[in-house]
Amino acid sequence: MSCLSVSFPSLLAAKDNKNNSILDGSYDPQSHSWGMGIMIDKCIGCGRCANACKMENNVPQLPFYFRTWVERYIIYEGGEVVVDSPNGGVDGFKRRIHDKKILRSFFVPKLCNQCDKPPCVQVCPTGATFRTKDGVTLVDSKYCIGCEYCIQACPYGARFLDPQTRVTEKCTFCYHRIIKNMPPACVEVCPTQARVFGDRKAHASPLVRFMRMNKILVLKPYLNTEPAVFYAGLDMEVR
Amino acid sequence: MKKILDIIPEQVKRLLIPVSILILSFILLRSFLIPPDFGKYGHYRASAVDEIAAKDIKYIGQEACEDCHDDVVAKKNMSYHRNVMCEVCHGPSAAHIEDPDGNKLSAPRERGYCPLCHEYIPARPTGFPQIVSESHNPMKACIACHDAHDPAPPEVPKECEACHAEIARTKAVSHHMEVSCTRCHETSEEHKVDPRNFRPSKPMTREFCGSCHAQKADASKELTRIDLATHGERYVCWQCHYPHLPESK
Repeated sequence: MSCLSVSFPSLLAAKDNKNNSILDGSYDPQSHSWGMGIMIDKCIGCGRCANACKMENNVPQLPFYFRTWVERYIIYEGGEVVVDSPNGGVDGFKRRIHDKKILRSFFVPKLCNQCDKPPCVQVCPTGATFRTKDGVTLVDSKYCIGCEYCIQACPYGARFLDPQTRVTEKCTFCYHRIIKNMPPACVEVCPTQARVFGDRKAHASPLVRFMRMNKILVLKPYLNTEPAVFYAGLDMEVR
Repeated sequence: MKKILDIIPEQVKRLLIPVSILILSFILLRSFLIPPDFGKYGHYRASAVDEIAAKDIKYIGQEACEDCHDDVVAKKNMSYHRNVMCEVCHGPSAAHIEDPDGNKLSAPRERGYCPLCHEYIPARPTGFPQIVSESHNPMKACIACHDAHDPAPPEVPKECEACHAEIARTKAVSHHMEVSCTRCHETSEEHKVDPRNFRPSKPMTREFCGSCHAQKADASKELTRIDLATHGERYVCWQCHYPHLPESK
């Protein structure tokens, strides 16, 4: 079946993409394991990540279609929790009128967790969604039949059905960028460096430093999905 | 060999023909329907990875901007916006690099853009510069006073609340409304231009609060009085009380 030892050789579409490193074989997926770190304390909720993601990946500009989005958590005195994400944060957040006192409040950027054990891949009946050797879960849009099993299986709500093409779409960690040594678009534009991207296998990378310097948590650890998106300063109320 | 063939019953031999046709047609159909690179790396089409990898890049990165606009980038890199990449405000620039004259970039000049980051919202981290748009020079464009590439305030803030709006609003409705910020926080002039490296002080002794609230303090009789000797002796006052809103729990 799979030949584990070879790197990606030249495949289809090599003609019009000569600069593409994955196509000329200079990129070896085996030697990488991509991951993202998110520092809750640095996020200002400007939503530039969600905006840049839509631009970079041609995500439909309608609400409810996001590869990454920002949620605002407001925890009132007494324990009531309110979570909102107007248009995923693409247009920024407005100040809310509160009739109760806020205990704490913060923003949580979310995206596909690129799980090491992805539930979405297990349920795909056609082999259209898969996990690459470098730890990114991708969707083959030509093979996807739009059955939406994976959308239901994802415990993080990170997938959606593209309204035009009727196939599943999701965060790819900007796969077309990271193989060329560029950070994902959301990381590129984050004005406060709340998002950190890097290679978990690397000897030194921004992510390795992030994981050394912070106490980190993942979302829904009890599901054993083993996410590759790590949060520093995550609150117990975040779901 | 002939013996074996004789042993096999006639009906089984006949059945073998349609079965072998079925198997053959399955193999034929499979090789026709499933692309040759399916299963090369795993249970998926190998060329799907390359199709995704071949997508266009739109955000090209600040290094590309620096090739032509080195003066602006150098100015920005010395300012508070040093970590804000050019494309955050100017938008994806890969097309502009290809054809600088054909694909001009825009810059947000309206008043609504800067508050995306700098509007006061309680969820934003403390210390991040925030303003309340309704009261911060209404109707005036941000760039009329601030240079986005070097956004230091045009004149040093006179009042603490220019940056610490959240605390100022809380204190304004508290019993401490008459107490000025500098009464408790010794603040050097440098704090106004380099806030993170010159931090204001906090009261470090119990006697500081006691100068108003101790039993024998020389202050208005209406103030809450406590006995410093017996009241929470192991702690500095602000470890339990929130001085910007002392009546809160």
